[in-house]
Amino acid sequence: MHRYFPHTKADIDAMLQRCGVSAIDDLYSDVPQELRLKRDYALSRQLSEKEVRDYFHRLGDKNRRLVCFAGAGFYNHYSPSVVSSVISRSEFLTAYTPYQPEISQGTLQYIFEYQSMMATLTGMEVSNASLYDGTTATAEAMLMAVAASRKRTRVLVSSTLSPHVRRVVATYASYHGVTVDEVAQTDGVTDIDDLRAKLEQGDVAGVIVASPNYYGILEDYSGWAELCHSHKALLIIHCVASDLGLIRTPGEWGADIAVGDGQSLGMPLSYGGPYLGFICTTKALMRKLPGRIVGATEDADGRRVFVLTLQAREQHIRRDKATSNICSNQGLMALYATVYMSVMGAAGLREVCERGCNGAHYLADALTATGKMRLKYPHRPYLNEFLMECDVDVDDLIARCVAQGILPGVKTAPGRLLIAVTEMCSREEMDTLVSIVKSM
Amino acid sequence: MNREYYGKLIFELSRPGRRAYSLPDNGCPDVVSQLPDVLMRDAAPVLPEVDEPAIVRHYNNMSTNNFGVDTGFYPLGSCTMKYNPKINEEMAALPSMAALHPFQPDSTVQGALEAYYNLQQALSEIGGMSEFTLNPFAGAHGELTGLMVIRAYHRSRGDEKRTKVIVPDSAHGTNPASAAVAGLKVVEVKSLPDGTVDVDALRPLLDDTVAAVMMTNPNTVGIFEHRIPEIAAMVHEAGALMYYDGANLNPMLGVARPGDMGFDVMHINLHKTFSTPHGGGGPGSGPVGVREGLEQFLPNPRVTRNPDGTFSLTHTDTALGSVSATLGNFAVQLRALSYILSLGSEGLMEAGPLATLNANYVKESLRDVYALPVDRVCKHEFVFDGLADKSHGVTTLNVAKRLLDHGYHAPTIYFPLLFHESLMIEPTETESRDTLDEFIAVMRDIAREASENPEVVKTAPHNTPVRRPDDTNAALNPVVTYFDLEK
Repeated sequence: MHRYFPHTKADIDAMLQRCGVSAIDDLYSDVPQELRLKRDYALSRQLSEKEVRDYFHRLGDKNRRLVCFAGAGFYNHYSPSVVSSVISRSEFLTAYTPYQPEISQGTLQYIFEYQSMMATLTGMEVSNASLYDGTTATAEAMLMAVAASRKRTRVLVSSTLSPHVRRVVATYASYHGVTVDEVAQTDGVTDIDDLRAKLEQGDVAGVIVASPNYYGILEDYSGWAELCHSHKALLIIHCVASDLGLIRTPGEWGADIAVGDGQSLGMPLSYGGPYLGFICTTKALMRKLPGRIVGATEDADGRRVFVLTLQAREQHIRRDKATSNICSNQGLMALYATVYMSVMGAAGLREVCERGCNGAHYLADALTATGKMRLKYPHRPYLNEFLMECDVDVDDLIARCVAQGILPGVKTAPGRLLIAVTEMCSREEMDTLVSIVKSM
Repeated sequence: MNREYYGKLIFELSRPGRRAYSLPDNGCPDVVSQLPDVLMRDAAPVLPEVDEPAIVRHYNNMSTNNFGVDTGFYPLGSCTMKYNPKINEEMAALPSMAALHPFQPDSTVQGALEAYYNLQQALSEIGGMSEFTLNPFAGAHGELTGLMVIRAYHRSRGDEKRTKVIVPDSAHGTNPASAAVAGLKVVEVKSLPDGTVDVDALRPLLDDTVAAVMMTNPNTVGIFEHRIPEIAAMVHEAGALMYYDGANLNPMLGVARPGDMGFDVMHINLHKTFSTPHGGGGPGSGPVGVREGLEQFLPNPRVTRNPDGTFSLTHTDTALGSVSATLGNFAVQLRALSYILSLGSEGLMEAGPLATLNANYVKESLRDVYALPVDRVCKHEFVFDGLADKSHGVTTLNVAKRLLDHGYHAPTIYFPLLFHESLMIEPTETESRDTLDEFIAVMRDIAREASENPEVVKTAPHNTPVRRPDDTNAALNPVVTYFDLEK
């Protein structure tokens, strides 16, 4: 038997005897012969650990690790050693959803901490236990707005929201019978006149905008919540979790739902996942939230303990009437975010934002000074990410940078490069990027 | 597991002035003060101020109140809590994989794309499908994606009237919920007393408004749907597609493939069948496979192999759309690939049959003291309808809680909904006969205790870190953040 399977021949014989059969195959007598797989899988033979390791190293050698100026929703932040140490505790790693609270207080407690931290970070009253990622969380927020409105089937999405997020929202909407209308942009920010006009057409359940937006711009949403609410539409603000250490929160803007990706809380980029999606809202909308929620209560001995709660919203109780089909959360990544925020604290999160912001402005100025590219929206405030309009060929620039071990950003359109700076980028690395541009 | 309750919150360890972080300084001039005030938050978030040693002790102590597969036997039905091999963790964390940005040029991520491609190929072989997308983040997300594939297929034929999906009454709750999110109406089909789909009840439901029939096989009672070829033929005859919920794929490893059973679309839970850790609820991964002819509907982006052997990310207009910005939970996919390589063809062929042997062994060892509503050969799991002797008023919930006292995770309880006292046990293939024998002995002890000293069972658990939390109060007076607690 394979090394992961503890069965000896004697075990199998004794077990078969108790089952009253002579071979394991007899336990499959109900599987019609014509359905049976009468050959081995056409897969490689079993490998030893060393061979598995060699295989992955061989694949890893075909990848390029690059100094990262790419963002577009996913950012290369520093991950403190404490975080990976804690999340590798197998009591956390190998547990299931905490259905049995008596032996799951570890999981329940960190989710409660996570919910608390996300609530204060976004300036909202409540958070769920996390969702898959930022794109699906935004789609869930869209469904939540539609459900909360009862009869409305239209959602407005700003065209300055990441196209990656918009695509997922549009996909969910097209199958769920929701109409998504895009709100136009002017000079890199959402056009409020277009928003107002579209709200006045009626039937709008929710409005989704972004801060920062896809171009890294911090939009001013003063008065937007009132505008949306005057049309009985919810305001949903998509944000980048770590940026909230410094910038105005969805709660302060008066939003009904804050949503986004938690990857920026130090999570490894890991070529796309796992990350986590967060969704936070008001107490008034708490019972419309998708996914798991943990609450505090007392046990039989009067101690403060934690349980999964408000489960009447969920699929295992409500089936097709549930607020969502989601039946888990992003557990371990919620622990990741929680430990990260414990390590960083408010001061650390703020410093992360400041370093990125200062670095980004330094780099944008230096790149502009080359005369070969300039800010697409020079009069808009930004934090740590900005869009450049380039005279040089962007594909050529990326190729030259990659040759020197640098990923200079994300090409968003011909002649456009979206550049992000985090605390991970040193001044020397920024200067190298500038010199490559200069040399073109 | 530590049976002393830890119970503190990190916020309660906070002391002003403590810190645990260090950051590099890029030395760039300050510009933050020049940003408009209206764009800055008014007050800092209320996060704890703690030092590094305190953080480590806090979370390590907290973890000791948790029960995982590495702690002990976890016979949670339908969840396939098998052992999670350690090398998989290391392979997923390799810097040459973990440091990649999802929007790096294809030429710089050839190894990552090859890993994705190889895993989708392996799953296609195991599922009997033509191609898989690995993008869905979890099982329920896979169901949703699979139903979108089905709707995209019908739409592509100009068939807009197929708005219903048929789901057995024994189905996982996610099936009807996923159908609703995908904009489909759910029609339930009854089960026979043995838990299998009532084919005669299904037949009249099949018309030209049905988009798909969702089934899991073996079903949630652990019974193989032996009339599946007939069902698939009927469904296809009606122009609908067959969807396979892969939650129960494990016992089919090495025995039969969903594609060969007549399923057109399926999802696989990598965190069940392919041993990636459940992480207290996630991250999971729910790849979706399709038979030949449906590949063009899989979500963007896809990974394709070029004639020169390189790999590319591709987007097509025929796709159902996108269910993610990236290729999904990549690090989870790497763990599953590592597992498949470690098992190889031979190991995979052994896994399903051993899971089935373990389940039947437990069932046969307990059937005299627990009620067995469906008396047939089971697959990876089976369902008891509570104790055989119910005269002392001891319920399935009581039995489950008493198991916690003995150092076991409880089975799945009160699911499937077909029986009043469902107790669903799934041992998986990585448990030894010794572990199963100890579990069987404890289950028999509890059954005896239930008649000799029922109060002990009814008031269980007795020696867990906490005892019988007040769920009703939690739902009536929701306290969902630390800041609610203070009030």
